[in-house]
Amino acid sequence: MHSFGYRANAVVTLAVTILAVMCSMASLSDNFNVPSPTAEVKVLNINWFQKQANGNDEVSLTLNISADLSSLFTWNTKQVFVFIAAEYETPQNALNQVSLWDGIIPSKDHAKFWIHTTNKYRLIDQGSNLRGKEFNLTLHWHVMPKTGKMFADKIVMTGYRLPEEYR
Amino acid sequence: MGFIGDAVDSIRSLQIRQVLTQLVSLGRIDAGMIVTSALIIWKGLMCVTGSESPVVVVLSGSMEPGFKRGDILFLHMSKDPIRAGEIVVFHVDGREIPIVHRVIKVHERQDTGEVDILTKGDNNFGDDRLLYAHGQLWLQRHHIMGRAVGFLPYVGWVTIIMTEKPIIKYLLIGALGLLVITSKE
Repeated sequence: MHSFGYRANAVVTLAVTILAVMCSMASLSDNFNVPSPTAEVKVLNINWFQKQANGNDEVSLTLNISADLSSLFTWNTKQVFVFIAAEYETPQNALNQVSLWDGIIPSKDHAKFWIHTTNKYRLIDQGSNLRGKEFNLTLHWHVMPKTGKMFADKIVMTGYRLPEEYR
Repeated sequence: MGFIGDAVDSIRSLQIRQVLTQLVSLGRIDAGMIVTSALIIWKGLMCVTGSESPVVVVLSGSMEPGFKRGDILFLHMSKDPIRAGEIVVFHVDGREIPIVHRVIKVHERQDTGEVDILTKGDNNFGDDRLLYAHGQLWLQRHHIMGRAVGFLPYVGWVTIIMTEKPIIKYLLIGALGLLVITSKE
């Protein structure tokens, strides 16, 4: 009962159990955080708006994104992944979500940011429905912890509209 | 010659019986219980998360710095529709290894509710169309095995080491076997 093997087994089991408990408590502590992020996105310019050879509309935009996501960070946060998606409806598709830009915020210091960029990913429709289309821009964030449960949420900004004609 | 042969035979048969008794007996109850409880936890996780493989190990660096090689992801599959931003685990037709990337585009049909999904690893420059099967532009719901809902860092290295250097796996099994046979209980 007092051999090395038994002692090693007991110590390792206890260590692993304590580690598991600490990880779950770290993750649970994230639930006490009440985040209050703010964001604003402006479409500065429609760079071009064309129908591709395969019949799908494509548009290129320049966006101005300013946001303050510092309230999302807890001591258990490794990074926050943030992205902007354009969301709209077409006769064929009940929902289209296209990510336009994404970024990684590695720490609370970088969480209050302002960026001026063209869309990182191409906004291509399935079909030719984008002329005059009203769309929402949603800022999504995804909190990735050092250990445990991940949280995601979004802010929906409405009222954007694409031009009536190609350019 | 016959006498020695008989003696050797009797010794050998004694040892075999001893070994078998130990493997089956309560003397090794701790090893048996560990294996059984691991199996119960695994099957329980399969039920709770609704996924065939509730835990995956991150094998590549395509989701860094969020997920590094060797991290473990907990998966959950619900009937909720797949939306942009979710981290999903999927299989490409014809490839065994599951891939864990983020959904960046969703197109959901009005009538059938079926979806076309495009994924991309956070740390990759381009989207995953290069990884999909030849000619495939989108993923559908049936390709998705689950969503990543939580993670534990570093724990998956055990699996990676055992897969990439199988000699360590054999050494471990050999050592365990030796422990079972040589323990005096």
